[in-house]
Amino acid sequence: MFAIALKMLFHDRAKYLGLILGVAFSTLLINQQLGIFIGLITRAGAVIVDVPQADIWVMDPGVKNLDTIFPLRDTELGRVRGVPGVAWAVPLYKSNVTIRTGNGELEASLLIGVDDSTLIGLPPEVVMGNIDDLRRPDAVAVSVDGFRKVWRNEPLSLGNIAELNDRRAVVVAIVKDSPKFTSSITFFTRYSQALQYTNNGRNQMSFIVAKSAPGATPQEVSRSVVARTGLQAMSAEDFRYKAIMYVVQNTGIPISIGTVVGLGILVGIAVVGLMFNLFVLENLKQFAVLKAIGTSNMRLIGMVFLQAAVVGFVGFSVGLFGATMFFETAGKSPTFQGFYLPWYVAAGSGAIAAAIIVLAALLAMRRVLFVDPAIVFRG
Amino acid sequence: MNRQIAVECTGVVKDFGTGSVKQRVLQGIDWQVPIGATTFLVGPSGCGKTTLISIIAGLLTATSGTVRILDQEITKMRPGRVVKFRADCLGFIFQQFNLLPSLSAVENAAVSLVVQGSTLASAKRQAAALLDQLGMDKNKHKYPNQLSGGQQQRVAIARALVHNPKIVISDEPTASLDAQAGREVMELLRQVASADDRAVIVVTHDNRIFPFADHIATMSDGRIESFRRNAT
Ligand SMILES: Nc1ncnc2c1ncn2[C@@H]1O[C@H](COP(=O)(O)OP(=O)(O)OP(=O)(O)O)[C@@H](O)[C@H]1O
Ligand SMILES: [Mg+2]
Repeated sequence: MFAIALKMLFHDRAKYLGLILGVAFSTLLINQQLGIFIGLITRAGAVIVDVPQADIWVMDPGVKNLDTIFPLRDTELGRVRGVPGVAWAVPLYKSNVTIRTGNGELEASLLIGVDDSTLIGLPPEVVMGNIDDLRRPDAVAVSVDGFRKVWRNEPLSLGNIAELNDRRAVVVAIVKDSPKFTSSITFFTRYSQALQYTNNGRNQMSFIVAKSAPGATPQEVSRSVVARTGLQAMSAEDFRYKAIMYVVQNTGIPISIGTVVGLGILVGIAVVGLMFNLFVLENLKQFAVLKAIGTSNMRLIGMVFLQAAVVGFVGFSVGLFGATMFFETAGKSPTFQGFYLPWYVAAGSGAIAAAIIVLAALLAMRRVLFVDPAIVFRG
Repeated sequence: MNRQIAVECTGVVKDFGTGSVKQRVLQGIDWQVPIGATTFLVGPSGCGKTTLISIIAGLLTATSGTVRILDQEITKMRPGRVVKFRADCLGFIFQQFNLLPSLSAVENAAVSLVVQGSTLASAKRQAAALLDQLGMDKNKHKYPNQLSGGQQQRVAIARALVHNPKIVISDEPTASLDAQAGREVMELLRQVASADDRAVIVVTHDNRIFPFADHIATMSDGRIESFRRNAT
């Protein structure tokens, strides 16, 4: 019986392909868009990810994300260091600078100033060069993507000279950083050096990054820091979440992506539901014949669900394959770098595809259930 | 069990519609269909032939009266039992052939066995042998749209017989065929379907095929007018 159900399904090539494409399109859209969404919003916390040594971030009480910063007074560093439970604390500087690329164009770039003595704040993965060379005058490290954007078509190499806000900077290392929300060019340098590039005078500590002592959780220590200093402090994890939620709540990204995903689901339901209904409708006489010959309603429902399940499975597989291919290829470009297909998105889209299919099958099932087998004797 | 009677209708009444549009299509049918013979049910269009055999097959329910088939009262069976009963005891041949377009000839012929629970592969072996008997050995793997009407009806005959039903019910099996193909189909049906333990019921208008009947029941206006042994 199930073999017959499958032959029925495959016989109507056009509708079968249409159904598969409907499910596949829906799956592709949902996975691709949600993958991009998650890739994008997690970029809002990229700066935090790049400082894995620290588990506590301290900042001005008004700070809501990593882009709008108010500098801390230099004396705050000592106060934070004095809070019980703080193992160490170092300053971190973050600012936007303008950089002139190899062919004279201007690009926005991020400048991160890391602690002079420990160099904490530098991403751990060094692609080329020696981190200790950062201690030399005018020395900077640049992100891989940044290098490629500033010195287009040049192989990765050290010793290149850039102009950061019109001041000389020598590339002594190339590092791999997390892709940022705003710019793909990031320069890292010593804290004291960074102040010279921006030359804005005193009070330039953007953040204090700290580590909780063994035996204390970063949340507990953060609370002590808040109590003792009146500054804002939270665990790296919480700050990352806060930065991401800021993007979710204050940009059009969730709405635009949500619209596309919603459309994907709607199109899936509409196309698959209608087409499957049409498929069953066109084959209704055959179902009636099978009923007349002695096929039970349960069996017929089983046939319809099998047909729907095959459509769902094949369509979902094709769609997921398409989405995987997208992230495989697009994930290598700087724009989508670091984007991937989270398993929970794939699983969620699978649940959505299954729901679409069950809905379509339920709708179509009614017809099969109520078709009058007596019509087989009528023309 | 009564060895002589396959189907016994007693006072079968069927109304369609309700209230002012109510129409009594069967006016109390009393009829006994013998086993081991081919019985024709004839009569003018609209007299209720299709309605009657639909009730006999359990595809329609009678308004009142009883139908016993092979000593079982189909009018009292639970719906699920009726379906099973159809699968086991009945074979159907339709005017419009009603083959499944997605299945080849041999697969179509095998459907009745698959409905009973056989695998398609084993059912196809039995169906193939029967199609050979029906002169379809060269066309077994063709699809319905590649077959002539007469050939399609042979496939339908194979489907109606492959599971060895005790009763074969056929509504206008030749009406969609030309005279020549109609006669061939009836000849084959007679050869292959006739058996001592089987009743074949054929509804028809087509008096050219009357010679194939053992018995002829004539219906008029919702009643069986006459039931006689066929002279020729
Ligand atoms: N489902 C139905 N609802 C209402 N009336 C029906 C229905 N089925 C059949 N009838 C009516 O019942 C009467 C008998 O129909 P039936 O099909 O049994 O006749 P028939 O003898 O088979 O005719 P034909 O030789 O043209 O096939 C007709 O008047 C028809 O209009
Ligand atoms: Mg009729």
